[in-house]
Amino acid sequence: MPHLPFIIAAFAVTGVGVIWLVVSSYVGMRRSEALADDLRQQP
Amino acid sequence: MHRFANPARFLRLAKPLTPALFWPGLVLALGACLWGLFATPTERLMGDTVKIMFVHVPSAWLGMGGWTGIAIASIVQLVWRHPLAGIAARAIAVPGATFAAICLLTGSIWGRPTWGTWWVWDGRLTSMLVLFFLYLGYIALTNASSEKGDTSRVAAVFGIIGAVNIPIINRSVIWWESQHQKASITLGGSSINEAYLVPLFVAVAGFSLLFGALVLMRMRAALAEMRIEARMRRMAES
Repeated sequence: MPHLPFIIAAFAVTGVGVIWLVVSSYVGMRRSEALADDLRQQP
Repeated sequence: MHRFANPARFLRLAKPLTPALFWPGLVLALGACLWGLFATPTERLMGDTVKIMFVHVPSAWLGMGGWTGIAIASIVQLVWRHPLAGIAARAIAVPGATFAAICLLTGSIWGRPTWGTWWVWDGRLTSMLVLFFLYLGYIALTNASSEKGDTSRVAAVFGIIGAVNIPIINRSVIWWESQHQKASITLGGSSINEAYLVPLFVAVAGFSLLFGALVLMRMRAALAEMRIEARMRRMAES
């Protein structure tokens, strides 16, 4: 049984999971902090 | 500990700490993966599939470490009523669940060429699957609580009770007959060859730093949402 497809699949699963986590966490943080700052500046 | 009970003081620390954890974590995790993929030898019994270890072991460590963090934060929330503890526990849940899922998936992918099967219902695999479901339950429970910042005491109790599963996962390969190998790294030493052990430690360190950065990002988002809610309430009242 060739091992390469299994290795690629394992690293791809990890890559997709980590990228999703990073993007969702970063976008969520930036969006919330920007909205909070905008509201604070409103009179 | 209560020095950081003030969200403003916490944010002053969290803002520079987020990139300080993220970038070294990214470099170490990526570097360790490339090191493991291209610069480690083929293992005598498992062949090249041993390289899956460099993503499987860190994700297992973070899946279990994440719940340990939830349990500690839950204790701090219930005993000392630290205002950030519930937010921290909540921020850990999604990254912890994701790494638990990655651990299960990469383990299954590793199992097919080495054990000849994608899945077996043995102690280690089943207890790790239980951990993933505990994460899903915890996330559902915290999402159900209406107040974003004030996580419910029920979720905190759930976080503490769920920690019972962590030593079960750890000891499962000793207590029950298992397809999964026994612990290779213990307090007494390691049975892993240095050629694999060093990049493995770098991978664990890198992914752990990334995990810390992700938790800080999610805590900052939760605190910003609390500020938005408070502001909206004041605007509605005036």
